[in-house]
Amino acid sequence: MRLLRTLLFRLVSTAVTLVGVAVIVFVVIRIVPGNPIAMMLPPGATPEDIALLTAHYGLDKSIPEQFFIWAGGVLQGDFGTSITARQPVLTLVLGRLPATLELSIMALVIAVILGGAAALTGTRERGTKIEAGIDVTNGMALSIPDFLWGLILILLFGVAWPLFHISGRVTPSLDLPFTTDFYLFESVIRLRFDIWADIVSHMFLPALALAIPLAAIIGQLLKQSLKETMHFDYVTLARTKGYGETRVITREALPNAVLPTLTLVGVQFTFLIGGTVIIERLFSYQGLGNMAIDAVINRDLPLIQGIVILFAVIFTVVNLVVDLTYALLNPRLRHA
Amino acid sequence: MLDGRSQVRRRAGPRLWLSGGWLTALALAAIFASFLSPHDPLAQDLFLGRMPPFWVDSAEPGYFLGTDSLGRDVLSRILYGSRVALTVALIAGTLTCLIGASLGLLAGYLRGWVDVVVSRLIDIWMAFPPVLFSILLIAVLGPGLISIIIAIVVIDWTRFARVVRAEAMAQGAMDYPASAQVAGRTRLSTMLVEILPNVLPTIVALLTLEMGIAVIVEAILSFVNLSISTDDPTWGGMISEGRVSIYQAWWVIVFPLITLFLTVLSFSQLGEGLKDRFDPVLR
Repeated sequence: MRLLRTLLFRLVSTAVTLVGVAVIVFVVIRIVPGNPIAMMLPPGATPEDIALLTAHYGLDKSIPEQFFIWAGGVLQGDFGTSITARQPVLTLVLGRLPATLELSIMALVIAVILGGAAALTGTRERGTKIEAGIDVTNGMALSIPDFLWGLILILLFGVAWPLFHISGRVTPSLDLPFTTDFYLFESVIRLRFDIWADIVSHMFLPALALAIPLAAIIGQLLKQSLKETMHFDYVTLARTKGYGETRVITREALPNAVLPTLTLVGVQFTFLIGGTVIIERLFSYQGLGNMAIDAVINRDLPLIQGIVILFAVIFTVVNLVVDLTYALLNPRLRHA
Repeated sequence: MLDGRSQVRRRAGPRLWLSGGWLTALALAAIFASFLSPHDPLAQDLFLGRMPPFWVDSAEPGYFLGTDSLGRDVLSRILYGSRVALTVALIAGTLTCLIGASLGLLAGYLRGWVDVVVSRLIDIWMAFPPVLFSILLIAVLGPGLISIIIAIVVIDWTRFARVVRAEAMAQGAMDYPASAQVAGRTRLSTMLVEILPNVLPTIVALLTLEMGIAVIVEAILSFVNLSISTDDPTWGGMISEGRVSIYQAWWVIVFPLITLFLTVLSFSQLGEGLKDRFDPVLR
């Protein structure tokens, strides 16, 4: 029952947040100077032409009126038409979403592997120089944001020692037999490992840049909770049974230490997704963030609106999922 | 516990000196940029385009860190760029701190409707991708130093508000604020005299961290060409230009990147070091 009530409360507050985001974006982008309609028309356009097109996009109405027309459309799945691409916003955005999702998830996986390895090694070697080394590396990784990591990785592994691609999502000359936009996923399903390798080579550096700060956070927090767990009786018991240190850490301590890290990873994952905007720009990766920056530069109001709302939806959904997972995994909440 | 304390103190020393030293040097460079710069940072000389730094054989004497594709001196541009970076760091960082920490303190200590409003705003703000939000705001406000500062304050106040709110709430639940009120203090004076000093170490650490973030945000905005006018040298702008010619002239991107790296690292290390110094528990 309590779980159900938590869920209901969370759904309502999520809805309120999303409406808040929609209102703010809507108002903010409508005070943007620079007329997007004037930019669409050829230089010789008459004022009548401009007025006609302005009316066509509904930009002649008051801001509250525009908002309700737009919100009504959104509820029916109509996010309006992009002014520059002249295609439905939903089509454009859904076409780019898979690229950003794949990048974010790959980054998350890298972060969990790196951070988990750092935490486990640090716990195993606690009190030694190795642990001190891990702490210093973590501190460095945390102090430097993804944008700088991206630049550093480009210089190291794209230019000085060119192991990976530093631009784009896939080599343009490749012939893609795909029906969806989930290139990474579909290349595995279709067993096209040549294409898969090419995509991974493009994605690896941007994903790593996004992953490094998160890996540091996971490493720090998980190590801290692991070390706390190591003092508990059941860990001592496992030791007296003669289990090795590695087994004690992974089998006994880890399942009990992982919960606080999980909640934090959820929040941090939304930061990571937010970071894709500039990382995609830096690596010319054809995802949502790159499209968003272009949309801002081109004053494409309906497209900006759609992308920001989509990001907000992703953020709130991730938070919701994390809270529910936490509630399901935490026995104290489950039985209450 | 004692061991931990002495360890922290020992490590805080060099960290504070190194990061403080770099930032002081940078501040001096920004103030005296016009004396220190060997060249006019805007002077173009197409015959001297993409000259390598001094240790490479084909270097042009007088251009220590080489020139960019338009023949502008990289060193002079970095020196002048520190003006923009540090101005943004100081002003945007301080304003963000004042606004965010005040809201957090009020929400966390007074609770009630103030807390409801502030928390709801934080929730909404957390649902925005910050980089996209800042780019959007610059598009609305128009490029320029003041717009960047406004954008940073508008976006980042939640960093302070979230943490300070939680801390103020924890402090408010303790016995001492209640006893202060019994002793005749008003709520406002309890908040400022009793709660604030205990939250201050966190605020100081967050402030230096925020200055580093402000430097990065400015660099990101000039990287996407939305910072100040494109003529004035900024580190982000140099990095953006260097990204284009990365294979022909690596020095155009590497030197501003190193400067940016050290600056951001220094701000965050300074924050960590100061936090250790001022934390009443550790002291």
